[in-house]
Amino acid sequence: MISFDVTDEQSQIRDMLLTFAKEELTPRARQADETCAAPAELLDEAWSLGLASLAIPEAYGGGGAPRSTLTGALMLEAMGSGCAGLGGAAAASSLFVNPLIDLGSEEQKKRELPKFCGNARRAATLALHEDSFAFDPSRIVTRAEPRADGWRITGVKRLVPLGEEAGDMLVLARASDAPGIDGIKAFIVPPRAPGVAITRESGTIGLTPMRFARVELAGVSLPPDAILGEGDGADIRPLLASLRIGGAALAVGLVRAVTDFAIPYARERVAFGEPIAKKQSIAFMLADMHIECDVMRWLVWKAAAAFDRGADVSKMAVLAQNYVNRRAIRIADDGLQIFGGHGYIRDLPLEMWLRNARMLTIHGALAAA
Amino acid sequence: MNKFSAALNVHIEQVREWGQREVRPAGLEADRNGAPLPPDHPYFAGYVDFRRRHPGPVDDGAVPEGPAVRMAAINEENAYWDRGMGVAAPGPGLPAPIVAAAGTPEQREHFLGPFRGSEIPRWGSFALTEPSGGSDTTAFRTRATRTDRGFLLNGAKCFIGNAARADWVLVQANLDPDKGRSGQRSFFVERGNRGMTGIKVENKMGLRAYESVSFILEDCEVPRDNILGGERPEQTSRSSAYGATMGTLNTTRVGVAASAVGLARSAYDEALNFAKQSGAFRSIRVRDRLEAMHRQLRAAWLMTLRAAWKADSRIPNIVDASMAKVFAAETAQDLASAGMEIVGLEAGAGHHLVEKLFRDAKALNIVEGTGQIQRIIMARHLVGLPR
Repeated sequence: MISFDVTDEQSQIRDMLLTFAKEELTPRARQADETCAAPAELLDEAWSLGLASLAIPEAYGGGGAPRSTLTGALMLEAMGSGCAGLGGAAAASSLFVNPLIDLGSEEQKKRELPKFCGNARRAATLALHEDSFAFDPSRIVTRAEPRADGWRITGVKRLVPLGEEAGDMLVLARASDAPGIDGIKAFIVPPRAPGVAITRESGTIGLTPMRFARVELAGVSLPPDAILGEGDGADIRPLLASLRIGGAALAVGLVRAVTDFAIPYARERVAFGEPIAKKQSIAFMLADMHIECDVMRWLVWKAAAAFDRGADVSKMAVLAQNYVNRRAIRIADDGLQIFGGHGYIRDLPLEMWLRNARMLTIHGALAAA
Repeated sequence: MNKFSAALNVHIEQVREWGQREVRPAGLEADRNGAPLPPDHPYFAGYVDFRRRHPGPVDDGAVPEGPAVRMAAINEENAYWDRGMGVAAPGPGLPAPIVAAAGTPEQREHFLGPFRGSEIPRWGSFALTEPSGGSDTTAFRTRATRTDRGFLLNGAKCFIGNAARADWVLVQANLDPDKGRSGQRSFFVERGNRGMTGIKVENKMGLRAYESVSFILEDCEVPRDNILGGERPEQTSRSSAYGATMGTLNTTRVGVAASAVGLARSAYDEALNFAKQSGAFRSIRVRDRLEAMHRQLRAAWLMTLRAAWKADSRIPNIVDASMAKVFAAETAQDLASAGMEIVGLEAGAGHHLVEKLFRDAKALNIVEGTGQIQRIIMARHLVGLPR
């Protein structure tokens, strides 16, 4: 049976995070954008909400909630509506924790997950992107070579969120000659291990509080069980799908913020003798923005719900991400356009939202075109 | 990009050489600083020297193209290197043609004279836009009232280019509100006037190389001689301040379109060079995208040149000017955005020229009438509705 309902638990989490976004993220967004940093007390507060540990099984000290990509999407959308950059920074640890919960071996879970269940915040991240043009995860060139004593990993990763701060990191690398994505595995790489060099990427166009970094791995030695999952390592397709869904959900939050901000302004701003909302050129723009926000959201929710049912959602996730990549930038642009010159000034959030949207959709944007 | 006369190409080549050597690095420096270069930055003195050596084409017949086409060609090349630095260029700027057309001989001498042969950088500025106004140039609040010695100005202005460093700002104000917009006149407010307060240089998304200034006029007193065209101008449409203003906007729209084309060409070249160097050119998807970008760029340039050519041929060009403005501005945005996608992660990671172009381009669909206003102007003329 079709339903657009969410569970009571999901609804509570969403409401809590919408309040958090409105009261904590939105007011701090501009300063965080300019200083390229999320305030520590804000990240601490987000941590105290238990976002990272929510779905960690009770056996490892976590909240024991069922692991749900839909819940994750609701959380990211809510935080994205406050500030995609701060929301992304607050959620970065989940990039490490959720794959561990979903794909980790019993040993790995026991070793890694309890670290995220304490009161002290622990930053963690995931290194996916590489230099190559029109990045495609199945063509990752970072290589993990099997050795007698474990693995030796070599390559350069780009745009790793909170790269400098992370205490734990997953790195996607080619582990075998198995074709395409089958040969790509995730590795648990201690960021302070010998051979790891991490430098900040400066001057990113948007999402600056996520403090993206370049991670160079120069023959880093890892133990045999550094490969995520049992034996030869877990299939990372579900990991990629949940990343796509999460990124798209963050963008949905962002464009809803743009739309919600533009509507009252269009009602108040008078030009040529009437509110600009009465101009069809503006009214139609707002209607289209609203339509696209909804479409984007349902595509994301559908992929997330199917994921939670255990279906292979690789295609659905790509569909949602591509659609969002194409439309989010347009909505952010139209939002700024409605404000005219005022939208171009850094006093209002419109131009920041457009920069954040461009950053959020730059990966794979060409593939979506 | 287009076949101009050899004489005009000489001028374009001078701009190109200067742009590559000086304008591009200065624009990037200002963007990194997040603020315009200070007026005493050596770039500006260098610019004044450059213009003394290369004043550009004039109406002496040496260059066969008309003034609008010449301006479009020069603007396009300038903006290719940096649109923001183009606006920041010293000189009387936007109000120069208004003062030349509507000013008294004394005003032309007093306000434009110091710019001729000046060895130090000087700026003029024109203040029309108001915080509540934007593209609606008739919803106007700034008032001028007569006093014994001259006039008092009261109101607020925003997004005024170079106003904080200008020798004078030509301020648009309504002297006779009963007459509606035909009551508008222009007044020279000279630097140091204490009635011009709250001067704030705005922090913008892009085009950070020039000052966009907001300020307040609070019982701002100007002498009687500072009303453009004198207290009783000849009753011609040319000297009506509003007519002069709208006439200027109609031709500057073509100039903005040309700048947008220059910016778009810059984004296209960045994408093309990256595609060649990175090997991305081997992908059919990238080649298709570059081809589509090139096509749009050509169309924008041809529309702009046609609007300019019509102006030079004294054929009414309102629809053409609006069409070129909206199409070229959106082309600049589209190509900068597509450029970022082709350059991809490298562009997102920052300090790549195409990232700056993306931020710069957005302004062009807003200044000199938003894309929405241009469409309204076009639609009115196309279906023949009265204004």
